[in-house]
Amino acid sequence: MDAIILQILNGLDKGSAYALIALGLTLIFGTLGVVNFAHGALFMIGAFCAVTVQRILTLSVETIDETRTDFLGNPLKVKTPYVENWFGPEVGAAIIDWSVPIAILFSIPIMLLIGFVMERGLIKHFYKRPHADQILVTFGLAIVLQEVIKYFYGANPIPTPAPDMFSGSIDLGVLVGFDVNAIIYPYWRLIYFAFAALIIGGVFAFLQFTTFGMVVRAGMADRETVGLLGINIDRRFTIMFGIAAAVAGLAGVMYTPINPPNYHMGMDFLVLSFVVVVVGGMGSLPGAVLAGFLLGILESFASTTWATTTIPGINQIIIYLVAIIVLLTRPRGLMGRKGVMED
Amino acid sequence: MSKSNLTRRGLLKSSAVAGAGLALPTIFTASSASAYMNEPTGGSVTLGFNVPQTGPYADEGADELRAYKLAVKHLNGEGDGGMMTTFSSKALQGNGILGKKVEFVTGDTQTKSDAARASAKSMIEKDGAVMITGGSSSGVAIAVQGLCQEAGIIFMAGLTHSNDTTGKDKKANGFRHFFNAYMSGAALAPVLESQYGADRKAYHLTADYTWGWTQEESIVAATEALGWETIETVKTPLAATDFSSYIAPVLNSGADVLVLNHYGGNMINSINNAVQFGLLDKQVNGKKFEIVVPLYSRLMAQGAGEAVKGVLGSTNWHWSLQDEGSKAFVKSFGTEYGRPPSQAAHTTYCQTLLYADACERAGTFNPCGVVEALEGFEFDGLGNGPTLYRAEDHQCFKDVLVVRGKENPESEFDLLEVVEVTPRAQVEYAPDHPMFAGGNLGECNDGA
Repeated sequence: MDAIILQILNGLDKGSAYALIALGLTLIFGTLGVVNFAHGALFMIGAFCAVTVQRILTLSVETIDETRTDFLGNPLKVKTPYVENWFGPEVGAAIIDWSVPIAILFSIPIMLLIGFVMERGLIKHFYKRPHADQILVTFGLAIVLQEVIKYFYGANPIPTPAPDMFSGSIDLGVLVGFDVNAIIYPYWRLIYFAFAALIIGGVFAFLQFTTFGMVVRAGMADRETVGLLGINIDRRFTIMFGIAAAVAGLAGVMYTPINPPNYHMGMDFLVLSFVVVVVGGMGSLPGAVLAGFLLGILESFASTTWATTTIPGINQIIIYLVAIIVLLTRPRGLMGRKGVMED
Repeated sequence: MSKSNLTRRGLLKSSAVAGAGLALPTIFTASSASAYMNEPTGGSVTLGFNVPQTGPYADEGADELRAYKLAVKHLNGEGDGGMMTTFSSKALQGNGILGKKVEFVTGDTQTKSDAARASAKSMIEKDGAVMITGGSSSGVAIAVQGLCQEAGIIFMAGLTHSNDTTGKDKKANGFRHFFNAYMSGAALAPVLESQYGADRKAYHLTADYTWGWTQEESIVAATEALGWETIETVKTPLAATDFSSYIAPVLNSGADVLVLNHYGGNMINSINNAVQFGLLDKQVNGKKFEIVVPLYSRLMAQGAGEAVKGVLGSTNWHWSLQDEGSKAFVKSFGTEYGRPPSQAAHTTYCQTLLYADACERAGTFNPCGVVEALEGFEFDGLGNGPTLYRAEDHQCFKDVLVVRGKENPESEFDLLEVVEVTPRAQVEYAPDHPMFAGGNLGECNDGA
């Protein structure tokens, strides 16, 4: 039982990342009709916003310590971060320790800006082109963004830890009557899940309860009619592209303490997120979220020893297997709408 | 009267077939004027450095390339000479190789076997490389080694740790200076026993490809010989990024040691995930839970950050060693690039010097002469103590380092501390050891 609960938690956690990326993908597809293969790269750039904030906060002044030597036998250059000089060692160290949460604030305007520039500068020129062209240009863009990040940050993953107080794990089992050590789960993964739920809830509330969101939803349903009413729907859709980029970026920032980020991490999530969107139903926001969590949980269970010994390799194909089954039985996906991508 | 059935289309087809037939024997065949493949004729000789310049191991490849460039500099008599000054063989004079200036071309393996073979092939055919060296993966090393054997070119392997490279996939034209999975197990086992005891239960997570399999086999054999019990061995996909689903079952498996047969990005993520799940804070079977990473590299330790602290593993070489060879190399490399060399840089630098030295001693670049000079070659002064290039399998036998993630690093490079230098005798094995069985060196090929 405890093993099942652990895998459900793992699944919810993986599903959080899938759902956040898939939500952004669906938003862009639903509003602009663009299949954005650069969305994984936005997730990666978000993660590197956290790395950048960490690097800025650890910018250091160098002093020479004559009592110690470096690997060449020269006097050791000791680096002291400016923030520790300005605010004292304890406060400075605490600020550096909290670099990932600080990066959340930093990444929102950056990601919105990147989203606007991407949409206005490149993607808007491809609205009337076939989906294949959109896929090619956005995939090319993703490779360019990857290589730019690799040029500046290298290919090796960069550790970006969570604040010390969240770096351990909690014994959830004891809280609900299991034995000690039966269900141990990392704090940060629980925070990631809560954060994802908050962001997803926020996006839905924004679309559901604001006038802006109502216009966007109307535009998603019938862009032409909304335009005829004199509403500049393009501007709103551009803003939605920025919001989708920010959602992917935030998912990336929060992911950095789970696995150290590298330039390739976006591609690792991209294909899976597309499967999530297709399983959920193209253009369906609730479908993307539901499929994200569902596939996350299934993937977790498929990775258990029991599953891999029963059906070898199931952990590597489960998501695609489910996608095939769903598409055969419900060709529009779990919550797909009639008419989307059917012309 | 006979009638010709020759058509335009038929003529084209026949010509194409005949052309391909004529061209076929010249692929990977030395020109008629040469005694062997890519025999250098002018005042220079070209070496081919085949390293990952893109992809996940690009940083490791960059360090290999730094080492190669430094070796070329030293071979041509520039710089401070590095380990040429401490190398026991004094055949190298700093005037290139056999009086020819050393030049080089580079290829990008991308850590993909097909890309690595394509770049090696291009360096052999187009650039006239007389030797190919490099790589950061056993899959790549085995693929390129096979290609070099067919081509009649010497292959000096870079970072490859699978037993198969000098086991079932060994080739007469291929040589490995780097240690292997068996040696990691043999070096680690006594340290694991002294640190963690002989009564342990181990759980293995293993990257699902040639290197992972042979390392798991080696570590299981070495630890079971101590009396450890292997609870479970689980293969993880090479493409896996999140290991939480594989770590969670460890918690209640009864195991008190987790062995991560992972390298590179796999290892960085799996050890981080394991630490996040609090494994290192757990007490199981009345003992503190431990994690072991049998193959360490400094770049991996850098990527994994705090998670490696206190974790034991093995490595081929470390810049903190205090023998004369290591000190000379660290000084030379550090002065040139402002950083200490990694183990990948060390092994590739050594391989370049060893190849050059073999050519000098053989008096030729002919691969068969080089093979003869390297087989059974005993040397010292390259940082690992007295070393043998064994004739039977072209594997180097030398001391192996057992290292631990350092608790209080003083710099970004100071991440591992040497726990023990395991003497060569302890990691030696018979050429027909079952873990290395099934292969055959075959005859050396000079491509003529």
